[in-house]
Amino acid sequence: MISIQNLTKYYDRFCALDHINFEVDKGEILGLLGPNGAGKTTTIRMLTCYMLPSEGNIQIKDLNIYDNPLEIKKMIGYLPESAPIYQHMIVYDYLRYVADIREIDPADQKKRIHHLADLCGISNMMHKNVSELSKGYKQRVGLAHAMMSDPEILVLDEPTSGLDPNQIIEVREIIKEIGKKKTVILSTHILSEVEASCDRYVIINQGKIAADDKTSNLNKSKDSKYDISLILANTSFDTVKSSLKTIGGVQDISKTFEKDGNLGVKIFCASSEDIRGSIYNHIKTTDWILLDFRREHTSLEDVFRKLTKEDQE
Amino acid sequence: MITLKGLTQIFKKEIKHYFVAPIAYIVITIFLLVSGFFFFFFNGGFFYRGQASMRDFFTLLPIVFSFVIPAITMHQFSEEFNTGSYEMLLTMPLTYLDIIIGKFLASLTLTAVSLLPTLSYAIFISTIGNLDWGPVIGGYVGALLMGASFCAIGLFASSITNNQIVSFLVGAVICFGLSILQQALYFFPPVIADFLQNLSVSNHFYNVTRGIIDLKDLIYFAVLCFIAMYATRIVMEEKK
Repeated sequence: MISIQNLTKYYDRFCALDHINFEVDKGEILGLLGPNGAGKTTTIRMLTCYMLPSEGNIQIKDLNIYDNPLEIKKMIGYLPESAPIYQHMIVYDYLRYVADIREIDPADQKKRIHHLADLCGISNMMHKNVSELSKGYKQRVGLAHAMMSDPEILVLDEPTSGLDPNQIIEVREIIKEIGKKKTVILSTHILSEVEASCDRYVIINQGKIAADDKTSNLNKSKDSKYDISLILANTSFDTVKSSLKTIGGVQDISKTFEKDGNLGVKIFCASSEDIRGSIYNHIKTTDWILLDFRREHTSLEDVFRKLTKEDQE
Repeated sequence: MITLKGLTQIFKKEIKHYFVAPIAYIVITIFLLVSGFFFFFFNGGFFYRGQASMRDFFTLLPIVFSFVIPAITMHQFSEEFNTGSYEMLLTMPLTYLDIIIGKFLASLTLTAVSLLPTLSYAIFISTIGNLDWGPVIGGYVGALLMGASFCAIGLFASSITNNQIVSFLVGAVICFGLSILQQALYFFPPVIADFLQNLSVSNHFYNVTRGIIDLKDLIYFAVLCFIAMYATRIVMEEKK
């Protein structure tokens, strides 16, 4: 549905984006990740026809950003970073103004605005001035702005920044709900957000794509090795180390913490072979108390750190 | 390309902003105070001269407009750049022309509204003397033409900076410069003076206020508006 081809952007001589390519399918929720200044917002701004690329093209269906900016703008609902909404307007008036520009039938406008107000939780704020709203509520008004015309593509630049934990969960729910029918692209540097709500992630680092994969693949550890973490009581680290070392497949054992008689241990496995059964059977033969037993998954955080640090080195 | 719907929305939003903000009331008050003061009391005063004419009101108008209109237009783009709402504006289905012309028409409307109360001067004068309405009508037509050019110039000044004070000063300097060009003609040799006279806003404005509307003057104001709005468009495109 969206195809980004050789996208390049120079700010004077500084290269913000360097020939990036990726595609987004219909109905996909894509998370755009990267450290600050990686080029996420630049990519999004070109996708929404706010800026033109120095080189390359973006194709949405059979439209491109050079020849059909107006049609593309009609297809995309966009929430810029920190939702810059007119301070002097009343929320309801603002949404009405957006509805008019988005060519919503005047007869349906009231219904649409109330539906969005319910969805975004701003029903009680409709008659307040935008300048009186807290950051979280402003963000929600921005979200309602983006969804006004029920667009096919929703682009959100850091949609949960500045929200409290409850609001973050609510906004994620909204995004997931929309993502069932629409294509959503969201940029963030909060990794758990991508793991929680996206189907796919693209990591941009220093203007280049560092990774592009499905979030579901994160849990299928690509590295053959994996770790097991244990919390034990009624034993000491030396005993644990010497006795677990005898199990085949264990490469190394390290202590993660020791507090109030509880001992945290990390077991590094030599191969992808699952040795959890033999470890459990071994523990059963001892008088140790097993408090926690967990296989560590490769998290997005690991992938992110590895990729963005490698490039810096 | 213009989408009429978009242009109307921008126009409505800007007008609302003027009257809610409340820029409109302040600008209208200042305009009426300054222009009224100069008309009735300056240069001996209206009653001392004993002529039933509004000539002095229109003579001072280019100078008054040079400062009032940039104050009306100074926020138009500067504020959008400053708060970031420009990004919202540009990513909605609007064309450059929708935005430029919508904002331009809104400021021109406010200019026209602030001129409205001064019609009472004309009515008042016609009751105490024998007022020739030709130059008065010409004066108001000229005022709208000049107001339109100054609105376009102010809009351009606003598009080049995110600082409203800079925007006001740039707009005021251009408008004031074009207004006083007429008075500065002595300093130049005749050939250049002739050319500069054609560039002067006051020269074309005074022509219209005589009650004779010449095509040359209309073209002058139209070209001035076009250049300023085209320059605004170039600035917007450069920002991409």
